[in-house]
Amino acid sequence: MKRTITLTVNGTTYTRDVEPRTLLVHFLREELALTGTHIGCDTSQCGACTVLLNGNSIKSCTAFAVQADGGEITTIEGLAEDGKLHPLQEGFWEEHGLQCGYCTPGMILSSEQLLQRNPDPSEEEIRKGIEGNLCRCTGYQNIVKAVQHAAKNSTAKA
Amino acid sequence: MGAISGMVGARIKRREDPRLITGNASYTDDFKFVNMSYAHFLRSDYAHARIKNIDTSAAKKHPGVLAVLTGEDLKGKAGEMVAVPFGANCIIPPHSAITSDKVRYVGEIVAVVIADDRATARDASELINVEYEELPAVVDVEEAAKGLPVLVHDGIPNNIGATLEFGDAAKTKEAFANAEVIVEQRFNNQRLAPSPMEGRGCVAVWQKGEDALTLYTSTQIPHYTRTFLALTLSIPEHQVRVVAPEVGGGFGAKLNYYPEELVCAYAARKLGRPVKWSETRSESLASMIHGRGQIDYVRIAANKDGTILGIDITAYQDIGAYYQVLTACISALTGLMATGAYDIPAAYFKVYNVLTNKVSTDAYRGAGRPEATYFIERIVNLLANEIGMDQAEIRRKNFIAKDKFPFATPVGLTYDSGDYDIALDKALEMFDYANMQKMAADARAQGRYVGIGMSSYSEVCGMGPSKGMFTGGGWESATLRFEKTGKATVFSGASPHGQGQETSFAQMVATEFGLDYNDVIVKHGDTSNTSYGLGTYGSRGTAVGGAALSLAIETVKEKANKIAASMLEASEEDVVFDAGKYTVKGAAGGKSVTIQEVVFRAYVNPFDGIEPGLESTRFFEPGNFTFPFGTHICAIEVEADTGEVKFLKYVAVDDVGNQINPMLVEGQVHGGLAQGIAQALYEEIVYDSDGQLVTGTLMDYTVPNAVELPHFELGSTCTPSPVNPMGVKGVGEAGTIASTPCVVNALMDALINTGVKDIDMPLRPEKLWRVIHGK
Repeated sequence: MKRTITLTVNGTTYTRDVEPRTLLVHFLREELALTGTHIGCDTSQCGACTVLLNGNSIKSCTAFAVQADGGEITTIEGLAEDGKLHPLQEGFWEEHGLQCGYCTPGMILSSEQLLQRNPDPSEEEIRKGIEGNLCRCTGYQNIVKAVQHAAKNSTAKA
Repeated sequence: MGAISGMVGARIKRREDPRLITGNASYTDDFKFVNMSYAHFLRSDYAHARIKNIDTSAAKKHPGVLAVLTGEDLKGKAGEMVAVPFGANCIIPPHSAITSDKVRYVGEIVAVVIADDRATARDASELINVEYEELPAVVDVEEAAKGLPVLVHDGIPNNIGATLEFGDAAKTKEAFANAEVIVEQRFNNQRLAPSPMEGRGCVAVWQKGEDALTLYTSTQIPHYTRTFLALTLSIPEHQVRVVAPEVGGGFGAKLNYYPEELVCAYAARKLGRPVKWSETRSESLASMIHGRGQIDYVRIAANKDGTILGIDITAYQDIGAYYQVLTACISALTGLMATGAYDIPAAYFKVYNVLTNKVSTDAYRGAGRPEATYFIERIVNLLANEIGMDQAEIRRKNFIAKDKFPFATPVGLTYDSGDYDIALDKALEMFDYANMQKMAADARAQGRYVGIGMSSYSEVCGMGPSKGMFTGGGWESATLRFEKTGKATVFSGASPHGQGQETSFAQMVATEFGLDYNDVIVKHGDTSNTSYGLGTYGSRGTAVGGAALSLAIETVKEKANKIAASMLEASEEDVVFDAGKYTVKGAAGGKSVTIQEVVFRAYVNPFDGIEPGLESTRFFEPGNFTFPFGTHICAIEVEADTGEVKFLKYVAVDDVGNQINPMLVEGQVHGGLAQGIAQALYEEIVYDSDGQLVTGTLMDYTVPNAVELPHFELGSTCTPSPVNPMGVKGVGEAGTIASTPCVVNALMDALINTGVKDIDMPLRPEKLWRVIHGK
């Protein structure tokens, strides 16, 4: 039996009927056509599906859509403001922090949470902060540089 | 093409990135069509079993189910899967997209359900009842090669699909007879899962009115896939369009034509509805091709001064249950690189391609060459230890001298170019070798486990000259078209998927025509707008695809020059082109026309005697492969109490010839290093003795995260390749090939006081701890 949920994604509020077994990632991708959030594994290892729910990064393949009822979600599509890239998006572009790009949206959202908690992380802290996200292309070195670039240029920094 | 100038050689940030960092790129699973249906594949739970009966009646009645297909349904309607044979007496057993008689590996397709939505397809697949009669599973590759416990396929005696030989057995035997020192070791190059972050997936769309098929698929080889679809489904090839949209990594695993692609296309035609399939990670680990899976018995003969006299290898390549497209050829690449960077007078390599009840092995980043580099770089270190020689010196002593190139190896290749000493010297300097050696020795004297490892490699890429390619073709195509308004479009037959050729190819065109970089775009991956191309693999995208573009640039330039000459009323020889402008030689301050004006004139009011338009399609056939090389050195400490590994330093010096965009080159090296180090330390596909896949999720198969990989220090030397007009070599695989033995050499050096000479990869903490504590 379907259930009605209401949630805000990237500032827009949606009300939809969903099957209780619908995963949040499928809801975002299929129901809201926000295909920037990707699916990379079935077991919460890879983090390609990472989004922010009420400010916390979560793996949306391991949450049901109904669990996000009433919540506020940020996906990769909601990061740039008024056509201006988010400092992390700039950082990934400037530092060649991506190749195939599949892990990138999740990697950026995990990094966003990292920088919110620690605006000036060391290389070690960055590596630790993104250990829940797998990248198969970059060997992570340029991702570290991308996050450092964003930390340096972030206006959110106190 | 002229000297590297302008934008070529610059660190230009990528053209691809804006869509990827904003979530606006379209990967295969992002495509949605009206009336779409979804496929779910039912796969075998057994490694080896006879299918006695399949009952699909309940699944067919399930609401929302459109079709349930088994192997019987495809009989006579779809051809066998495609495999390139290699080797004398190579037997390719039948391989149907959906099996009907037996299952031969866990994950093999038994049936498919097509339904209105994903969940329904999956639900219904659980209603299919398959009756199996379990058979003994063939798992151990060396046992399998004796025909034990049973045969995987009737008609393939001892499960040996082919035996390949390279080099000269008699000459090698003689070298061993005269040697002062012989060192031997068995090396296990374990099975790996390529694990692109995007799994496989496809969407098949049948256009009824045109009797035509479009397949969107996550592939490295859209044109090959088109040909294979046409042949296996009897659709005229010009009625098939294959699109490789954004592809989330391939690493060789998407250099294949998969049963799922065939089945989705078949079902779309049969049902008249688009059919989508997106694999789960568990499906991927079980049924996407694996890489490596080779056991090598290696013997090396030398004199006490370190001069290598000969090398002899007997290898067992785990093929898996069937041959995929290039499965039969991979171990040949090991044989062809068996002498590595060394001038070894005698060599002999023999490999048995052995069938087992596991998923097929095929190309995975490096494809056969990492196996060769691994055994030779490991055995050279064992030899150095045996005779008490420094690991850098034994390499230097045996390197192919730079004045010997082109160099014909005893196993049948001709290396195009090389200067191995300069890369070694640079690596030693960057690493601060002498001081680091002292540091490691001091640490070991204090009872710590610190080691230094090295690897000097040569690899074969830029695949490749058609006569040397297993597939019968190694060329690539490119079209350069100027649009009327002066914008340029490149259409490449290569199919990049993260390598960055949308950027580097634009750099090439912008440089050659003095264009604004933003006035050039690069299209690829769609068979409907590109000339036939062979795709991206074997580090060929730039070395072959870029070379094709450089030919197209030349042809367009010649014609543009002719038009400019007519516009300037000068003879062609007197026209000078510089920074986007044509002038007449010697006429300072005289008339000039821009490339944009020339382009416009090519389309509007063209000159008599000059064909209108300005575009060229060229195919580049390389005369040889290219041979990048380099030296990697690392220092590692093993924590005695836990067996944990800590990198103290990793230096990689690679020579990939000229670099169009060094930032992209470094990115490729980083990614390659990550995968090579992952093989040394973390990754391993495990099947148990019943052929069950133990590493069936990313919880069990350790793709390393950011904490588990070190910081890399990169350097490069530049020895341009004579094989292509740009002097490039290719860089996709170098890091993977070099890093695995480098890391294992460092760990074995760290453990040198234990007396243990080799540990099977991956060298996980538990194994290291056991060696340290003798348990």
